[in-house]
Amino acid sequence: MTVGLEQYIAVSAALFAIGFFGVLRRKNTLVIYMCLELMLNACNLGLIAFSRYHGGMSGSVFVFFTITVAAAEVAVGLAIIVALFRKRQTVQVPDLNALKN
Amino acid sequence: MTDLFFYLFATLTLGCAFGVVFSKNPVNAAMFLIMTFLGMASLFVLLEAYFLAVIQILVYAGAVVVLFLFIIMLLDVKEENKHRVKPLTWVASLIGFALLILGVVAITSSDNIKATSESLPEAAGASLKNFGYELFTTYQLPMQVTGFLLLIAMIGVIVLSKKVKTDS
Repeated sequence: MTVGLEQYIAVSAALFAIGFFGVLRRKNTLVIYMCLELMLNACNLGLIAFSRYHGGMSGSVFVFFTITVAAAEVAVGLAIIVALFRKRQTVQVPDLNALKN
Repeated sequence: MTDLFFYLFATLTLGCAFGVVFSKNPVNAAMFLIMTFLGMASLFVLLEAYFLAVIQILVYAGAVVVLFLFIIMLLDVKEENKHRVKPLTWVASLIGFALLILGVVAITSSDNIKATSESLPEAAGASLKNFGYELFTTYQLPMQVTGFLLLIAMIGVIVLSKKVKTDS
């Protein structure tokens, strides 16, 4: 079977599913954040594949912007996690139950 | 040959992504994350997006994962043995995973996704010249906004990680 657009989309979507599974299953905020990055990357792969088989530039440029925004997002998100750790002394999601009840 | 490389790198990417999800130690998860990003950069090369492949390695494998490792080191995160994953969580995450996979199968097996023409168009994203031209003409405004966003993110991180002064 020759590799075409479908195969790339399948890999991209499978990666997204794995990231989603990790976000639901893991308890550590940092690892949840890594899985979020996986999901973002899966979308990038899909965009580049579509851009390649469509023949334009717009998909690639959009991926460029996505990567930039993701880098900024990681910096801010990790700062928030550090602030959270200072306040609560934990990064495990089950311990962050201030809103429960 | 290209097909062989595709299957090799796709397997590497997906396998290491499973490693991120299932490794107990956050440091191991970060290492698997680097391997995932490398595999994905290889897939970008196969799609002839050379510039984005380099950016992927520089920004993700170089900067983002190092930032993750720094934070893991700073926080001294213990392994999550204390909390057991509830059966309901397992069921819910497996159902979500299965639904997404089902969606993939439905999409890829239908005729909705087809390349616009049988012959592959010329890879416009391959040349850096095209990139620079597009970024500074068609996408001039998003480019400026992105720069502003990076500035805001920098200020935000400084404000967030400053020690809060307590009066009294």
